[in-house]
Amino acid sequence: MAEVLSNPSVRDLAVSLRDGKDAGRKLLVCYITGGLHSDWRELLYVLADAGADAVEIGIPFSDPVMDGPVIQQASMEALTGGATPLSVLSELEKENPGIPLAVMTYYNLVYRMGEERFAERLLQSGVTGAILPDLPLDEASGWIKTGEEHNLSPVLLAAPTTREERLSEIAAKSKGFVYAVGLLGVTGEREELSSSASVLAGAIKRHTDTPVLVGVGISTPEQAKEVCRVADGVVVGSALVRRILENKSRKEIGEFVGGIREALD
Amino acid sequence: MAIDKIDTDTESHLMADHQEDGKFGDFGGRFIPESLIPACRDLEEAFYEAFADKTFTDTLDHLLKTYAGRPTPLTYCGNLSEKLGIKLFLKREDLTHTGSHKINNVLGQALLAKRMGKKRMIAETGAGQHGVAAATAAAIFGLECVVFMGAVDVSRQALNVFRMKLLGAKVVPVTSGSATLKDAVNEALRDWVASVETTHYCIGSAMGPHPYPLIVRQLQRILGDEAREQYREVAGEDPDFVVACVGGGSNAIGTFAGFVDTKSRLVGVEAAGGAAMHNGIPGVVHGMRSRFLQDESGQILEAESISAGLDYPGIGPEHAYLGEIGRAQYSFVGDEEVIAAFRVLSETEGIIPALEPAHALAYILRSVKEGTIPRSSSVLMTLSGRGDKDVAQIMEMLEL
Repeated sequence: MAEVLSNPSVRDLAVSLRDGKDAGRKLLVCYITGGLHSDWRELLYVLADAGADAVEIGIPFSDPVMDGPVIQQASMEALTGGATPLSVLSELEKENPGIPLAVMTYYNLVYRMGEERFAERLLQSGVTGAILPDLPLDEASGWIKTGEEHNLSPVLLAAPTTREERLSEIAAKSKGFVYAVGLLGVTGEREELSSSASVLAGAIKRHTDTPVLVGVGISTPEQAKEVCRVADGVVVGSALVRRILENKSRKEIGEFVGGIREALD
Repeated sequence: MAIDKIDTDTESHLMADHQEDGKFGDFGGRFIPESLIPACRDLEEAFYEAFADKTFTDTLDHLLKTYAGRPTPLTYCGNLSEKLGIKLFLKREDLTHTGSHKINNVLGQALLAKRMGKKRMIAETGAGQHGVAAATAAAIFGLECVVFMGAVDVSRQALNVFRMKLLGAKVVPVTSGSATLKDAVNEALRDWVASVETTHYCIGSAMGPHPYPLIVRQLQRILGDEAREQYREVAGEDPDFVVACVGGGSNAIGTFAGFVDTKSRLVGVEAAGGAAMHNGIPGVVHGMRSRFLQDESGQILEAESISAGLDYPGIGPEHAYLGEIGRAQYSFVGDEEVIAAFRVLSETEGIIPALEPAHALAYILRSVKEGTIPRSSSVLMTLSGRGDKDVAQIMEMLEL
């Protein structure tokens, strides 16, 4: 917490997204895999310039059960390239793209480092939010408490199968934003927007003022625009990571993200 | 050599029928994507309801008896016992329909799936024994069946792959990661995240998120319960040692459940290249907190063993707990000892074991030699499956 407060240029995820929502802006969070290609950090600035409101950095894990083929491949390439939680976070420490940063990873990497130490390490790197898709509400009480103590936002996920009484608890405990999983399935691009996405976003919004962002299966400006008729924003991952894996130029990546930004505005 | 005293307080809680929070000490739990939480809760509820329903348990008992071939015999190994100077008994799960203890679990889970109105069943498999068993159960109950199998295992267990296809299942080779059992579990979980509303995930070992470790243990305990009664009938007491092989640990957990409240020493035997109890540390993967082989960052390492069924970098959470409190001991053996044991049982007793239980026998042979299993001890070992599936693989390694 001290680190964040002493460095006013680090943007806090929760504050920043709430301000954006209050100003009537639809929020765009972009996911990239940390350590994928040696120049991966330059993308933070490309995304910020193209209108992303925050960046979610994936810390690659050996067994990513919530991820589809694109992010699996990206994780594997990053790991083969030598990426570790500490290498990704140390590299981030040197950057400040001017928008808030969150990490997405799997709980074993947090557990191995220790929740407390992991939280401290995130803040030291200017990261103010964390998404752990295999740490559901039932197992997250310790991590949520650690987040509170460190002023770090634990972002919780809600799924189309989540029942109402649990939805209210997830909505209440999630900080930064509530991650609405847009469909039943792992991360990846889909041709059609699932009807469950807007239904879920609407259901969560009845329980909270925290921004509700839909992720998983959002890969085009049209899908982003459609779902934001209800949701407060979107998370775009696989569609972006696929372009990185295909070695698309920064200009092309910027244009892709800019296209989504435009559709949301 | 039986253990001197058991903490009766702990004992009464050990391996209880109900497991409210799915925790075995610090191990177990339910670490899975949110999409799967309702399905695991429904399964837990359905499991308790079904096991309190006599129609359900009668149906399962009838199937186990008339279809799976239970009870399986307890065989005294006269030749090998004489050679080793111990009394060795084998619990013959190799004689069940489909050739391994896996059938006990899948019949129960398929019945549950049917009861819950699921139309499709998915499974992971290593050696292919669980895949074959799952495909078998799916065939009788008219469920669509998809089995995920590491591409490496698909090639070393071609016979079982064909068997699954004959039984009407679809086999999906998994090429991600190490392309073995751990990756097959990942892929099954990914499928389930998308298909959870219509599909039951039939986990084959005593692992995964709550309630799976509990369900699999309760469905496998029949082999331990039978073995205890059979042994008592023959010997009038309990054996000094009870030994079983451990990958995820389903045959061992079923065996141990029958003996946990006796004075028998319980020993689980892992493959040297997948010895999660010895070389693993606590971690959270595949829905559970348990012990896993992992690097200093927490990336999961690949297990390596001659036996596809033990090629798993983790271990079921209840084993991690039994090991921690000292109620069971865990050891490991290397591939060479395993091949030697495979041959010994074939040559002295006329029983070709699967490579997995050959690990348990390899441990017994070594322990007798080293004196840690003293002369004249009584030893009950679970022969979890038959070796037909491994013969082609062994044929490439041995010249006879």
